[in-house]
Amino acid sequence: MEETRWIGATLAAARPPALAALLRYFRDLDLAEEAFQEACLRALRTWPQSGPPRDAAGWLIFVGRNVALDAVRRRAKQTGLPPEEALSDREDAEAAMAERMDTSHYRDDVLRLLFICCHPELPATQQIALALRIVSGLSVRQIARAFLVSEAAMEQRITRAKARIAGADVPFEAPGAVERAQRLGAVAAMIYLVFNEGYSAAGDTSAAREPLCEEAIRLVRLLLRLFPAEPEIMGLAALMLLQHARAAARFDAGGAVILLDRQDRTLWNRPMIVEGLALLDKAIRHRRPGPYQVQAAIAALHARAERPEETDWAEIDLLYGTLEIMQPSPVVTLNRAVAVSKLRGPEAALAMVEPLGAALAGYFHFHGLRGALLMQLGQTREARESFMTAIGLATTAAEAAHIRMHLDALQ
Amino acid sequence: MLYALLCYHQEDIVCAWSKEEDAAVMAKLAAVQERLVTAGKLGPVARLLPTTAATTLRKDQDPPLVLDGPFAETKEQLLGFYILDCKDLDEALDIARELGRANPGGSYEIRPVGLFQDGGARG
Repeated sequence: MEETRWIGATLAAARPPALAALLRYFRDLDLAEEAFQEACLRALRTWPQSGPPRDAAGWLIFVGRNVALDAVRRRAKQTGLPPEEALSDREDAEAAMAERMDTSHYRDDVLRLLFICCHPELPATQQIALALRIVSGLSVRQIARAFLVSEAAMEQRITRAKARIAGADVPFEAPGAVERAQRLGAVAAMIYLVFNEGYSAAGDTSAAREPLCEEAIRLVRLLLRLFPAEPEIMGLAALMLLQHARAAARFDAGGAVILLDRQDRTLWNRPMIVEGLALLDKAIRHRRPGPYQVQAAIAALHARAERPEETDWAEIDLLYGTLEIMQPSPVVTLNRAVAVSKLRGPEAALAMVEPLGAALAGYFHFHGLRGALLMQLGQTREARESFMTAIGLATTAAEAAHIRMHLDALQ
Repeated sequence: MLYALLCYHQEDIVCAWSKEEDAAVMAKLAAVQERLVTAGKLGPVARLLPTTAATTLRKDQDPPLVLDGPFAETKEQLLGFYILDCKDLDEALDIARELGRANPGGSYEIRPVGLFQDGGARG
């Protein structure tokens, strides 16, 4: 039992680099996955006796490639096609493979593997499902459970997504610096999608979706090991760690949302906060700010406050101001209004929120915040109207319950 | 004699542990450590954050160069250490074996300590 656990963890850790190298070799995702699967089966058979190899990923690449080549050869013999010369001689192939297994390739290999999951034609949910299936190696059942859909539906979604990327042209040459930076940006956004899919879950489903947050953190650590000097990747890792550190405090026993200023801060995960702060600290040294770093800096100010009263709202206001310039969006302004309400009161915040009405008419949090500000100003009737609109827009029971609590307080 | 027990393991494997697996290993280690404390053999213990949180100062040049990441790219990474008070290497190895049974995989490097100062910082 102890042994299988250890082998399982080794295979899981070796999956991204091994699968990525096999993909470069075969240039076919299905074939690469089959080869990796077969190599894992052999590992399960031989590792218990021989012990895990020192370079597990290298072992899996080598075995996976040989197994798949044998299969191609067998198929070729059965059909009498193609001539032997079409397949490279084994010795040559092995020499070439040894060269290819050079770990300096891992970086672009793994980036490519992640990048094919972010194909722009794929809707966000399919990108996430594909990344979890292909890169993380979660089973279809695990992913289906996290997405709260049936296994069959998820299977279909993944098959469809795979078919879509099979037709897409993924360049296999090593990318240039500009292209590498673009890929990195797309992959970071995709990983943040995975995280948010888990993080935005409601209380009653948060337990099922928590693995998505953990998987996203694992993926960003993988990316950070490959690109250790990218401040935005550090920022993204810090952001996710600082947000996920609050997981145990975000919902009450009944699954209702507990807002930041009401959370039991002793439930926050300290090691995760320390790691997040350390990464942000490292990122800022580069003096190349970006949206992930700014968002992480905001999360860090919350994490640093031992009590809600100690929150540095002035700094948070400034950071949201920076974010508004980097990434103008009414949602960012809405979040800034929360900081403004703490600093200058509900009236100033409301003045900031009102102009967003047109852009955020269908946004739950807009009506929720507007209602709360109106309530603080004693405008009960208008507050109630806003809360009623918010309830109509709530996508989870926990959101609706939270607003209902405000409505009850208005009675 | 003081020995440092330097813990090396592949951090992508350790990071692939589930929360429950991690907690189970830590609980088993805590049991061993408790016995060592009782026997007066345990000094400071540290578990290090992942190497992605590391920064390296290369001071072989002037001014020194600050680099992101761990000092060396290795297959296994330094993930933590123990300071042990043992009468000889055999005893240190025995303790290492015991800790190893609680946390299999990876390696322990056992290094005699030349100078030890408990600076008193508590974090």
